[in-house]
Amino acid sequence: MTLGLHLAVVAALAALQFVLPAFHHGMLARIMVLAAYAVGYNVLLGYTGLMSLGHAMFFAAGMYGVGLTIQHWGFGIAAASVAGVAGAIVTAGAVGVVTLRTAGPAFLIVTMMLAQAFYLATLYFNTVTFGDQGFILPALEIGIGGRMFSLADPSVKYNVALVVFAVCLLATLWLVRSPVGRVLVALRENDERTRLLGYHTGRYRLVAVIVSGLISGLAGVTYTLLFSYVGSTFAGVLYSIYPLLWTLLGGAGTTLGPLVGTLLMTYAIDVASGITDAYLIVVGAALVLTILWAPAGVVGGIRARWARWLP
Amino acid sequence: MAFGPHLLLALMEGVVSASLLALTALGLSLVFGVMRIVNVAHGAFFMLGAIVTWYVADLSGSFWLALVAAPIAVGLVAILADRLVLRPIGYEPESTIVATIGLLYILEQVVLMTYGPYARPVAAPFYFRIDLGWFGYSGYKVIVAAAAALLLAVTWLALSRTTLGLYLRATQQDREIAQAFAVPVGRVYTIAFGVGGGLTAIAGALIVPVQQAHYLMGLDALLLSFIVVILGGLGSLRGTVVAALIVGLSDGVVSVLFSPTLAKIIATLAVAFVLGVRGRGLFGEEAA
Repeated sequence: MTLGLHLAVVAALAALQFVLPAFHHGMLARIMVLAAYAVGYNVLLGYTGLMSLGHAMFFAAGMYGVGLTIQHWGFGIAAASVAGVAGAIVTAGAVGVVTLRTAGPAFLIVTMMLAQAFYLATLYFNTVTFGDQGFILPALEIGIGGRMFSLADPSVKYNVALVVFAVCLLATLWLVRSPVGRVLVALRENDERTRLLGYHTGRYRLVAVIVSGLISGLAGVTYTLLFSYVGSTFAGVLYSIYPLLWTLLGGAGTTLGPLVGTLLMTYAIDVASGITDAYLIVVGAALVLTILWAPAGVVGGIRARWARWLP
Repeated sequence: MAFGPHLLLALMEGVVSASLLALTALGLSLVFGVMRIVNVAHGAFFMLGAIVTWYVADLSGSFWLALVAAPIAVGLVAILADRLVLRPIGYEPESTIVATIGLLYILEQVVLMTYGPYARPVAAPFYFRIDLGWFGYSGYKVIVAAAAALLLAVTWLALSRTTLGLYLRATQQDREIAQAFAVPVGRVYTIAFGVGGGLTAIAGALIVPVQQAHYLMGLDALLLSFIVVILGGLGSLRGTVVAALIVGLSDGVVSVLFSPTLAKIIATLAVAFVLGVRGRGLFGEEAA
């Protein structure tokens, strides 16, 4: 039933591309990539109970990994994507080793500090990264089964985004129902008891940080390939706050929450930015209202009331 | 300029930023110590202090009035936030972090809507130049460093000698025992949050004549305060002040000799290294 539900969601997203008008078609492609980012964030916040305020560095590590290797060294898409994901894994590993030395609220502060250092580094080394202005990648093409597809084509964009999102979603579904995932949830619920049961909690936490960083980095790689732009904005603090908000709003610790949260919030910001320049006030208001009135999020609320079986 | 005088200039800049940083970070540290919460909106309070200073100085023409008005206004905003948001969620650590991030964006965007995206200076209330032979130094900055040091001393005295200080320290050490001894813990929380916001607002006000008021200026203040409280050890006021001196001096020196961006990168990596060796910072308590 659970797997069926997730497959149905993916199938529904696949079917939507044939009925949506152009604007929403493009929006949804972007939302699916960002939702994959939120799915990565949720592994850490929702299933391991660690709140990070620095995920932008994993997203941006993927982004710069793929973008810089194409820009400076002329890598092909496959090699550049591997470089991007590898960059995110290395970043997450290093960040994990440092931050997990600390306990409690220090984790969040240190992730934010490190992410900000990463952001400042993208500005400081602007001869390589082009800093704030960023750079635009040339038109990219991928070959599947001997045919070439341009990534600038909207329906190619949509389907690449769909595949990446579906892989991330199903992978986390598998992860959280696997023995490793159960240990992570145990860590979230009661760290000391898990340690008493003989689990090496530090090692499991590190694995969670790396998996979360990997998925976030993969989302960053995909975003770069589909939208052909790399810039330091994506390493900034806002892009660390976004996945937190998407995950919380949709429901932390639910597999489908990140998609729901990203969907709602991206449209809310789109509407608000048509009304005022200070549209980020929507982000602030959503954070405060969610935590005051719906701390379990949308999917979390549905699970508590009607569907206890939701993973 | 020769290297010697250049280094002297860098050190003087370092002392000024260290003293302001100590004041800013002390507010954050006090709030964490007493309430066990991380206030992510702390940088926004700093920014709000600077903005209020600009408004009051612009309308009344008096910087001194602004210097008094800023901490009061920001303290009231903090108290309001405590009553409307933090108390209803019961100061649960993670919810509080999320709520204060929300607060950060609300304050920032409201300032953007009203004050606008400008960077505006306020004239210093007095101007004199200290001539050191190799270069002249702004007398205002020297007074600012002295004023910040004085405020730190006053806060220290208030914490160690007054009844309110006793309440704050008692709540910090053990909330339940404090309550059992009739310390009004709920009110102490609100006061701590207000005082924390007020302290950083003074730092924000003092810096406007040097740095201009802008709606995004809080982020650097937040980042440096975070670095300081982590390096000093979460919950230790003494650690905060010592770490502020270290971070402020090195930030000032590297900023003058190289670049402000590089200074912040180095400070962060240095703190990450310290954490690798000693997870609870310089003066932190044993992890519970």
